[in-house]
Amino acid sequence: MVKSIYGVEEESKIILVYIEHARGKIENVSLEMLSKGRELADQIGWELKGLVVGNDVDSLADVVLENGADGVILADHRLLENFTVDAYSHVVFTILVDLKPSIFLLGATANGRDLAGRLAVRLRTGLNADCTDLNINLETGVLVCEVSGFGSGVLAMIEAPYHRPQMATVRPGVFSFPENRLDRPGEVYAYKVELNKDQIQTRIIEQIIAEEVDLTSVPVLVAGGRGISGNFEALYRLAELLGGEVGATRPPVDDGYIERERQIGQTGVVCSPQLAICCGISGAFHFVVGIEKADIVISINTDSDAPIFEFSDYCVVGNVESILPALEEVLMADKEVVHG
Amino acid sequence: MGELHIVVCVKIVPKPEEIRVDTETRLLNREGVRSEVNPPDMNALEMALTLKDEFGARLDILSMGPPSFEPHLRAALAMGCDHVYLLSDRAFAGADTLATTYTLAKGIEKISGVDIVFLGEESSDGATGQVPSGLAEWLNIPQLTQITDVNVDLNQWVVQGRREIKGGYEILEVPIPCAISVKTAANEPRFMDFSRKAWAFEQDNLTIWNASDLCVEEEYIGLPGSPTIVSDLAEASVRERKNIFIKGDAEEIARQLANIIQSVI
Repeated sequence: MVKSIYGVEEESKIILVYIEHARGKIENVSLEMLSKGRELADQIGWELKGLVVGNDVDSLADVVLENGADGVILADHRLLENFTVDAYSHVVFTILVDLKPSIFLLGATANGRDLAGRLAVRLRTGLNADCTDLNINLETGVLVCEVSGFGSGVLAMIEAPYHRPQMATVRPGVFSFPENRLDRPGEVYAYKVELNKDQIQTRIIEQIIAEEVDLTSVPVLVAGGRGISGNFEALYRLAELLGGEVGATRPPVDDGYIERERQIGQTGVVCSPQLAICCGISGAFHFVVGIEKADIVISINTDSDAPIFEFSDYCVVGNVESILPALEEVLMADKEVVHG
Repeated sequence: MGELHIVVCVKIVPKPEEIRVDTETRLLNREGVRSEVNPPDMNALEMALTLKDEFGARLDILSMGPPSFEPHLRAALAMGCDHVYLLSDRAFAGADTLATTYTLAKGIEKISGVDIVFLGEESSDGATGQVPSGLAEWLNIPQLTQITDVNVDLNQWVVQGRREIKGGYEILEVPIPCAISVKTAANEPRFMDFSRKAWAFEQDNLTIWNASDLCVEEEYIGLPGSPTIVSDLAEASVRERKNIFIKGDAEEIARQLANIIQSVI
């Protein structure tokens, strides 16, 4: 059997979480992993640590501790200012081989996946990708990862009992945020990064980042499908009224009516709003996984046989174009009454 | 530098809508399930073919799986590619990402002289999205992932790709040789060129390599090369919903919806 660079007998009883961040802010998925990691660490009595890689990132250490970590490892270097998989994989690999954590978790984001794919091969270990749940066997310390396949119709429990670290990437939005800001004493360890330019083959020519939309944690989602014919204005108005955001199924995204970052479902975002309102959406399974965590789902569709109604709490057979404006009017009127 | 040599990695997958879990055995029921080229790999093929159209290139398809995958691969060949290499051996079975990327890397090494490896973003059956990065690691070459647009500079011998990131995009440049994963739905894959169909089904245009052809180390392939173990399998449960139908004219429906909304948020 293929052997990992370090094995079970050499592991440290540590759950290490890779903390992804952009423009001074930690990504939600990293906080979600800290929350789940804390739960697992408490169950088995291990340590939870966060790994922050970047340039000038020491201010993030406190945030990681406040969100449940027992310790933080900082890898700070000016060549780590922007994510390049060459530089980041080099640094993280060195730290993993030094620290030998039993478990290493990363977010299933674009950069998280790139990094995880490289590291798993370099470490000769297993990688469970895009996990939707994590459990730990309290006797053996084996991480059991839940992953979904075949358009989310099938769930598999996967483990890598004989290889270390046990690596997993976690789908954004599946775990909740740490509930309490825990006032835990924690240690911050600054790792001495050795890196030179020649180790980086990737050149960033241009980077354009507009205002980012994060649908994973919005309270209200108003989503549109093929049935609204690219007409998202009424959805945006309703979303604004309800303090929510607009999402979409894949066809309007492919047709260029709305940004890809607003795509909901298997290949897009999985959200967990209190309320999801689905407009003109037929209800293909790869979309439905994206709203499965919604507390309440309302759907409007002209076709009374649309599969989306099976996945909805409240179903309206009707035209989005006439119902949304009427709904907007009622909500506006109620708002005026409340605010006098 | 000579002609650009491109390999596209293609996976043949069962059509996802036809897969069911046998509730008793908890195994995937593949009986009667039809297969197809993994849809994201079609986007990779299209991007590679676009480069071939522009610069001229040798374009090979690399796949791993049983000989029954042949017809699907030959159909992809007829889109405008030059040759198919199918890595096929019982010893490859049961491979997870680590063993798969190792085996594909050995295939690319044996093809030899490959400048760019194209892959789909992920597979529709596994959806791990970890193969492009893992393959690049085995080959020790740089990577561009989730690329929507690509540009090759044959003078500088570099590739530039546009990569979508949260809230925007970046243009990245890496030297050749490199691996590129193509963002799903980044382009509209072309149809098979029917004038090439007969040619594509000629025996000589597809080569099958087994484990000994690739000189693989046995502990790195198939089950022995796969650290991950599936310990349980289940059909995903669908969350129970109320399924209450609201009736009336637009105003009446709007009133009821408003009440529901106000009670939730």
